[in-house]
Amino acid sequence: MTAAPVPTLATPVPVPLDVERLRSDFPILGQPVRGKPLVYLDNAATSQKPQVVIDAVTRFYASENANIHRGVHFLSERATLAYDAVREKVARFLNAGSAREIIFTRGTTESINLVAQSFGRAVLRPGDEVLITGMEHHSNIVPWQLVCEQTGARLRAIPITDTGELDLEAFDRLLGERTRLLALAHLSNALGTINPVRDLVARAHARGIPVLVDGAQSAPHLGVDLQALDCDFFACSGHKMFGPTGVGVLYGREALLERMPPWQGGGDMIASVTLERSTWAPVPAKFEAGTPMIAEVIGLGAAVDYLSAVGLTAVAAWEHELLAVASQRVGDIEGVRLVGTAPAKASVLSFVMEGVHPHDIGTVLDDEGIAIRAGHHCAQPVMQRFGVPATARASFAAYNTLEEVDALVRGLRRVRQVFG
Amino acid sequence: MSLNELYQNVILEHNRSPRNYRSMDDTDRKAEGHNPLCGDQLTVWVRVNDDVIQDASFQGSGCAISRASASLMTSAVKGRTRREAEELFRRFHRLVTGTLEPAEAETLGKLAVFSGVSEFPIRVKCASLSWHTLKAALDAPGHTVSTE
Repeated sequence: MTAAPVPTLATPVPVPLDVERLRSDFPILGQPVRGKPLVYLDNAATSQKPQVVIDAVTRFYASENANIHRGVHFLSERATLAYDAVREKVARFLNAGSAREIIFTRGTTESINLVAQSFGRAVLRPGDEVLITGMEHHSNIVPWQLVCEQTGARLRAIPITDTGELDLEAFDRLLGERTRLLALAHLSNALGTINPVRDLVARAHARGIPVLVDGAQSAPHLGVDLQALDCDFFACSGHKMFGPTGVGVLYGREALLERMPPWQGGGDMIASVTLERSTWAPVPAKFEAGTPMIAEVIGLGAAVDYLSAVGLTAVAAWEHELLAVASQRVGDIEGVRLVGTAPAKASVLSFVMEGVHPHDIGTVLDDEGIAIRAGHHCAQPVMQRFGVPATARASFAAYNTLEEVDALVRGLRRVRQVFG
Repeated sequence: MSLNELYQNVILEHNRSPRNYRSMDDTDRKAEGHNPLCGDQLTVWVRVNDDVIQDASFQGSGCAISRASASLMTSAVKGRTRREAEELFRRFHRLVTGTLEPAEAETLGKLAVFSGVSEFPIRVKCASLSWHTLKAALDAPGHTVSTE
């Protein structure tokens, strides 16, 4: 099967991936599970880690560990340099305007909560509206519900179509006089839909409305160019892009970050403190209170280097092929219905099988060493929209192979056998 | 532990054709059960007369383990007193968590087919959801229980 061109990429001539070589960089993939070769298809939940990332974290603790930004000694200076160098790296990786626009957080969830509690609380008044979509992960719903409750603002959601795309006519209707922020996923974790973010940002900006993009799924799979997307905030997680857990990124437009109040107080985020009042450090330090996750940031730096060396263009093209083949072959299995059939999709294959609960699919596949996710994927409104309690989800990364797609299809045939 | 021991034929059969799968209009003893992890959701009805469970039924969506468990449970508790049903739940819970003596397992009758669940800790909630819901229907009808 020939892969269609990947629509989200500017350069349609990818260098083919050497998948076998790539696999050898990930020690966990060589490990048998339940006596079978591991087939890891739960990458939308978290990706596996290459040896270079594991080594970077180990090396930091073994020979570089010190607190940053305040020590005068050798190790502290070195750790500080290493930490701040990752900020530069991430800014380049996402093509942000400047490293000052990159804030390290614990993950996408914390990044979105930061914007909700700092920007949201400062801006929202009773009757104002925050606009999200019907395909958001809970982490891009609940923080807005919280801040709406605190401010008297109202949360509205753009509905999705039967194929799992945003209803753009409804979008134009919902983008109103009172809309103060649009917050939406770049790539849906439950459906795999790629949203036309650049276009939606332009429409929101035409009305002076800032946009937050949840890039938890897009950053590892699509290749993100923040200056081209032109969004105002962008959130992603290290652990979904070959990096460690516990570290994520919030990009914010510098002019907005400057005006926003801090959301957590403590060490490192201040210019001066007296018992009466304090003043804040410049961005991004203003938003990084306390000792950060230094080792994890170092690990994220190694992950960004690794992903950049592999090349997102090649990654996206290979994953596109895996998804195309898997969609066709899984979709052909008797009783299977794909959930999310938008023309522009990446990485995620969500499906249900008639008469078999996704959880049982997950258990039978697990017996074959195949790891998928079964459940609501922290996107319960999506499940409600499609009238299913849960779906089974296979999600791909660059190290997956067509043989693993075969294993998935064989496993699903066995599911059919077991449940008749 | 093989998959066949988890999905025993009795379980697969009760999943396909669950017993007592209906609502009950003539009782106010009803409770909702919810397992947020899998999205399992079920309603259990129970009619009690002179402290004896006359009838029990359920409806809802869930995996094979939770459907079969609700099906076998509603059959098993009919004709038992509340206290007997609660004792049965205690033994069942120990069965699926792997802490029941084999000799005691024999007293569970058909419910013993869930012994394989103890090797799949994540599925314990699926097997016990209907029981928690039954308990709620008996103790505090109208309430919603959650396994989280």
